[in-house]
Parts: sequence; C-alpha cells; structure tokens
Amino acid sequence: MAVTFTLNGKSQTVDVSPDMPLLWVLRDTLDMTGTKFGCGMALCGACTVHINGEATRSCITPISSVSGKKIMTIEGLSADGSHPVQKAWIEEDVPQCGYCQSGQIMSAVALLAKKPKPTDADIDDFMSGNICRCGTYQRIRKAIHRAAGAPVQKA
Amino acid sequence: MATQFSVDRRTFLKTGAAGGAALLIGFHLPARASDPAQEQEKPPINPLNAWVRITPDNHVTLILAKSEMGQGISTALPMILAEELCLDWKQVSIKQAETNPKIYDHGTGGSGSVQGSWLPLRQAGAAAREMLIAAAAKKWEVGTDTCRAQNGSVVHGHPERSYKYGELVADAALLPIPNFKEVPLKNPRDFTILGRDTHRVDAAAKATGTAHFGIDARPAGLLYAVIARCPVFYGKVASFDATKAKTVPGVRDVFQIDISGRGASTNGGVAVVADNSWAAMQGRKALEVKWDEGAAANESSEELHKQFVANAAANPGQIIRNEGDADAALAAAAKKVEVIYELPFAAHVCMEPMNCTVHIQADRAEAWVPTQAPQWAQAVVADAAKLPPEKVVVHTTLMGGGFGRRYQADFVMEAAQVAKTAGKPVMVLWTREDDMHHDFYRPASYHKCDGVVDAAGNLAAWKHFQTSTSIAAKWGAKGEENNGKGEFGTGATVPYHSPNLRIEYTLAHSSAPRAWWRSVEHSSSGFVVESFVDELAAAAGEDPLKFRLKLLGEPRAIPQFGEGPDAPPLDTGRLKGVLQLAAEKAGWDKPLPPGEGRGIAGFFSFETYTATVAEVSLHQNKLKIKRLVCAVDCGRVLNPNGVRAQVESAAIYALTATLKDAITVDRGRVVQSNFNDYHMIRMNEGPPIEVHLVSSEERPTGIGEPTVPVIAPSLCNAIFNATRSSAKPIRIRRLPIRAEDLA
Repeated sequence: MAVTFTLNGKSQTVDVSPDMPLLWVLRDTLDMTGTKFGCGMALCGACTVHINGEATRSCITPISSVSGKKIMTIEGLSADGSHPVQKAWIEEDVPQCGYCQSGQIMSAVALLAKKPKPTDADIDDFMSGNICRCGTYQRIRKAIHRAAGAPVQKA
Repeated sequence: MATQFSVDRRTFLKTGAAGGAALLIGFHLPARASDPAQEQEKPPINPLNAWVRITPDNHVTLILAKSEMGQGISTALPMILAEELCLDWKQVSIKQAETNPKIYDHGTGGSGSVQGSWLPLRQAGAAAREMLIAAAAKKWEVGTDTCRAQNGSVVHGHPERSYKYGELVADAALLPIPNFKEVPLKNPRDFTILGRDTHRVDAAAKATGTAHFGIDARPAGLLYAVIARCPVFYGKVASFDATKAKTVPGVRDVFQIDISGRGASTNGGVAVVADNSWAAMQGRKALEVKWDEGAAANESSEELHKQFVANAAANPGQIIRNEGDADAALAAAAKKVEVIYELPFAAHVCMEPMNCTVHIQADRAEAWVPTQAPQWAQAVVADAAKLPPEKVVVHTTLMGGGFGRRYQADFVMEAAQVAKTAGKPVMVLWTREDDMHHDFYRPASYHKCDGVVDAAGNLAAWKHFQTSTSIAAKWGAKGEENNGKGEFGTGATVPYHSPNLRIEYTLAHSSAPRAWWRSVEHSSSGFVVESFVDELAAAAGEDPLKFRLKLLGEPRAIPQFGEGPDAPPLDTGRLKGVLQLAAEKAGWDKPLPPGEGRGIAGFFSFETYTATVAEVSLHQNKLKIKRLVCAVDCGRVLNPNGVRAQVESAAIYALTATLKDAITVDRGRVVQSNFNDYHMIRMNEGPPIEVHLVSSEERPTGIGEPTVPVIAPSLCNAIFNATRSSAKPIRIRRLPIRAEDLA
C-alpha cells in the first residue's frame, strides 16, 4: 500500500504493508536510524517521533494511520545539533550509552512546545514514558530546564 | 588447557588485559591464536601506528581499543593519550581500533578500562611524544633535552622555533621505539587535561541521532532476521512448519540454525529472514515450532527457593573462609542476630536489544557487533565462515548499554550461522521479549547470617552461609563447579573486625543461564554485608555509622579474598573515608521528622571505595527516596564529570533492581517479558543524586560498577531507621522490596 506523508518537511511516499509500524518504515525502509527500537509496545519511548506536533510512539503506529500527516524525527530537529534542546543535552552531557536519547529529546521538545517553562512535576509527568537504563534522568531534568532558559545550576 | 578455564571474571579479565587474545585462549578457545608466553615475546608496538594517527595536515586521531557502552571510555582513554602527547584536546578525533588482538586488548568489562589502561596508555602517549621530540631534534641537529612538546608541536630555543606534529610524524614513525617502562611520564602536577571536567566526545552524535549503534548497521543489501528460540532454558527444536511463515509478505527464507560453538552459549532455533525487521517478526508469529523442552522444563523459582532452604538446613557448606571459631562463639552467646537475605535473578535489559550483523563471503567476512568482546566475536564469525580470524573484520559499534550482557557471543553465533546460510548480509535482531527471556542473569542467592555482639559492643562472631546459582557452575570446567570463592568476592573480605568469622557456600542447581551483571557478585554481597552490619549495630544499640567506624578501626589492610597475592588489599582507612564523607555531606546527625530516616552503606569493589547515604520518608506505606548522597574514592579522578555520571547511572540501575521486579522462572522459562512486567525506574522515580569525590593521588580504579552494591543496603537501612521507633520497624531482607514489605 502506498502511503504519502510529510517527513521532516519533505513529502515522502512509501509502499509497504499497511500495518507496518512507522518505526520500521523509518528504520528499515528509509534507513533513518536515529529513531530507536526498544520494546515494540509503547512502553519505553525510544521510538518517539512527532506526528502533527504530538509526541507519538512510532513502534505501535501503523503506517496507514499517518497518511497526509506531518512527521518529525530526531533527524529533522536540526541538521547540526543546534536545536536548543540538543544544545542543552550536549552541554549537560546527558547521554551515556545514548540509545534512548533520540526519544528523550523528541519527548522533551514536545513538552517544551506545550509548556515552555515546565516545573519538575511537569517534567516527571511528561517524561516518565521514556526509559533510560543508564539513569540519566537527573541530567535530562537539568537539560530541559536549561533549554527552557532557566538559570543553570552548578553541578 | 583445562587449567585456563578460569571462571572468575576478574581472573578472566586480568588474563585478557595481560595478553590481548587471552580472553579467547583462557576461556573459550583451545590454545591456537597464541599463548601467554608468545604474547610476552611480541615486539613493542609502535605507538604512532597503534595509538595515535597524525596526518601531515596535522589531524590527530587517537585510537580507542575498548568498547563504548555509555561508560564514557571513548572520552576518558583518549584524554590519557592526549595528556602525555601534549595535545590540544579539542583538536583530536577518536577512532575505534580495528579488531586485532595481537595489538590491542579489546575486552571491556570489570570496570577495568581506565584502571587497566592508565599506565599503558600513558606510556604509549609518552613514547609517541618522545619519538616526535627526537624527530624534531634530529632535524634541528640539537639535543632532545633542549626540545619540548607543547600543544601539538615540538618547540625549541629562543627565539622559539617549532614543528607541528604533522611535520614530524613521517620521520618519527621510523625512529626506535622507546622502552615503555623507562619512558618519562608527565608529572601529574603538570596535567592540563586529566582531572578536569571534560565533555563527552560522543554527546553531539547521541543528541542528533547520528551515533551508530549495532542495530543501525546498514550494509548494502541487508536482510533482517529474527529467531524462534525454545522458551525453556536449553530446549531445542524438535520440528517446525514454515508454510504459513513463508506466506508473510517480505519473508525470504525460514531455516533452522546450528547450536553452539566457541563457547557461545546458545541453542539455536529457527531463523526467519525477511526484507525488514517487521516482516521477520510477523513471519516468526506465523511459524509453527515443536520444541524439545528438555530437562529444565520442571524448574521454577519456587523449586529453587526450596533448594536454598534445604541447602541452608544442610549447613555446613564448603568452607570458604574460617577464622577463630564462629560456631563456638554463636553457641556460647546469650543473644544472637540470626537473619536470612535473599536476592533473585536479575536481567541486564540493555536499551538496545541484542543484535548482530554479519556478511560472510568466500574469502572474507565482515561483522557489525555491539560487543564488549570483539575478539570473541571475531573468532565466532571466523569459525562459522571457516576463515582465519584475520579475514574477519569486526566493526565494534556503539552499544545501547552493555552491563556485562554484551560480553557474551550468543547473538554473534546466531548471526554468523544465519549469514552463512543466507549468503547475504543479515542482521539478527532480538525483540525485547527475546532479550528478557534469553539473558544471562545475575545469580539468585540466599544468605543465612548469624552474628554476635558482645557486651562492649564489639563483634564476637560473623557467620555467613551462602547458596546460589553460581556463575562458576555455568561457565567453569568440571571440578570448579562448586567454586564458592568466585561467588563471594568482596563479600568474604569482611572489613569489620571479628575474632570469629566463618564463610560457607553451597551450590544451588539451576539451568537458568547466569553471567556477569553490573557489579556481579558485589551486588549481592554489598546488600548482605551492609545490611547485616546494620542489624548488628541495631542489636548493639549503636549508631550505624559509629558502629561501622569502630569496627573498621585504625587503617589496616585486609587481603582481597579469593584474589591472587598481587591484588591490592582493602584499606579500611579509605573505606572509613568514604563513609565519613557521605555522612558529613548528608548531615548524618541532623534530626529528621517522624517517618523519615537515613541509611548508610559502604563497600569496596573493583578497587574502588563507595558509600551512600539514602534519605527516605515512609508515610502511609508510601516510600519516597528524598535523595542519595554518594561518596566515592576511585583514586585519581581523570574526568570528574564522567565519574559523576557513572555514579548516577549505577545508582539508578541498582534502584531498579532494589525497587522493581524479580526475574522469576516457571516451567523452565523466564516469566517476565517486557517493560510491563519487568519495570524500570523512570523519571518520576529517580531521586536527586549527589556525588562527592575523594581527592586522591592513588592510581585510578573502577567506576562503572562500584556504586551498585551500596544502593540497596543504604535504602533498606534508611527504611529501618525511618521506622525503628514505630510500632513495627521494617527490616527488608529480600529484594526487590515489595509493597507488602512496607505495609
């Protein structure tokens, strides 16, 4: 089945099985590997992308459901790591293994779009769908506050 | 070579560090590639070929021969080279070494990369620096002692003249290689890179989705495969019907793969090869397989617990350590502390599920492997491809977590077998369920501890009987099956003085695969030793910190139990130091309101001393961890930022094991399958973690793992202190903590 959608600002058509999740279309059909596979059940958030601006788990999103929609992946955030959230991530040295961080960043960007000055409770609420096995939560929290323009606390 | 079938991971890793390919020789392969005697005879490696690449246009590339799994080694190790080479850190790039066990020791584990590389990398960097200086001195026809290295150049004289390294490297590479043991090393006072907070070299790639993990390998023409494996430990394929699977769009082929080899512990299965991962997974769902479940199908966690209890009742076990007469002291005591601790199997759960990509051709093979043991991967692929190892190129990719899981080669073996049949590049991808069902778990263990405190508040007896599903029994050669020493490590190196001390061990039988899980046996030993000493302090009516400090006494050296004579002893002074630092930073003596409490634990592992104070509240049965205050003495700190990150990481990893789920076994298979029944600590549950580092001139020691062992006991001790004045004090002796434990 041919499905057309907007991917990182450009029109994209793929011809795949309609029930194939967006995650695998991105990774295996389009070789866009920035979006990660973690659980396949929307439990860990590693596969988070934006669909029409909403943070969405691509591992359970059938490709047929994104027809005509706007999809943004980590690759679309900036070409060079210059997005404020990416800059904050680098400045706070958030990533360890880094595998979950594409999903963490896509969630954080969606959070900041809704709440430009999130509280710790807002961060807990929005970011708890993203698992980090390296335990970078404390640094993610700092990086989100930094990206939101909050005064940076010394470590 | 039976004697080289070492089962103790530290020995295993040390052997690896000593001689490159020794991981293979000592553990998984018959003597073939080399042996330690040959290794010692090998000529010195030219550092300008092996460790640093400098092009005439002055681009400097530092070579990384360890695997990056998040622990920050791709930053820390090049920092060591850059320091001795007098480079501008910002102008270097990092490249993963090719898999060549003759030059590099690739094995990455045991929190050993910095401690094992510290001196060799300094020597390599210094040797390269001296060679560049010698090349410049020759060009100028001056003495080398009049030249010095500075920011990527060699400089000389007044007015100063200089050559950039790029202008010297061709000449320098031809010069004699200095004796590494005599090459002058920098005075640490002159360090400009080491000891300073340094950003990770891989943060930008990991924040932009451009970092390439194993799962991101995309060689041209790649196919994707998943494997149907028997859910029961070591079960096999009896028969299968691929008719329906082959009708799934995108499925290319379905075939059975061979079982283990080269020590890779896997029982094979049925591979479904497809155009993409999703099609392969759908094909596997349609596949019909009859399993020969084998002998393990009757095993369960309940049965294992019964074994534990029976083993403890049949005490004594194998005597591991025996000083004085603990049994007599216990028999004579009016009041004893007799308690039992129990820990379950634990899964590694790397965020990136296991995967491996292999392409086998007639005369060569290529593999993309997220592995802690690239040389083992190379040997496994070489065997499958029937090629010599040097014809196998292994690309060691970034790893989405390792934690010990990726020391194994089971997933490499599978991929090699599939690729051999497919004749095309194939990625074998594991789903989360595969990953949880077919892990190599942290052993389950059961500990009976009996102790006596005398009237003066001193320890009169410390007895610890342990029974566990040993790692040694899984991996060891016959005769080492009951190797309790490998299961105890620092758990038997009790730092608290007791005139009567007895440690016993009995093996419990299980088919569940076991191996090294972040901090290995220390995760259990730390919980038991630091919970038990806390219970003894309570029995003595003493403050848990003061009681520990008293029993640690004046600084003294305790030989590391079960280690060779070269192993640095535990220094009770340094252990005291971290306990006092954590206590001071946490405000140990400051009163807390009712329902709140602090707990402390200190431990020594991987040559590093850690202590944590946990501060908790417990209201209406609801536990809140208010903060964790960690103190660490890991010798000289090379990158404080990186060390703090590892402490934070180990703390969260340990919290998951302490507060979330156990891996349980039913009908010979693991019950848990994904994050819905094996939960992880998430953002809303991660407490603030403070990290305080001891300033030290000692050599650097491990940091990836040593915080793990102190987290559970500090937390459980805090829960006790929060409830000790209540009608029902809560002492947690079984992990993970259940809701009913707090009621």
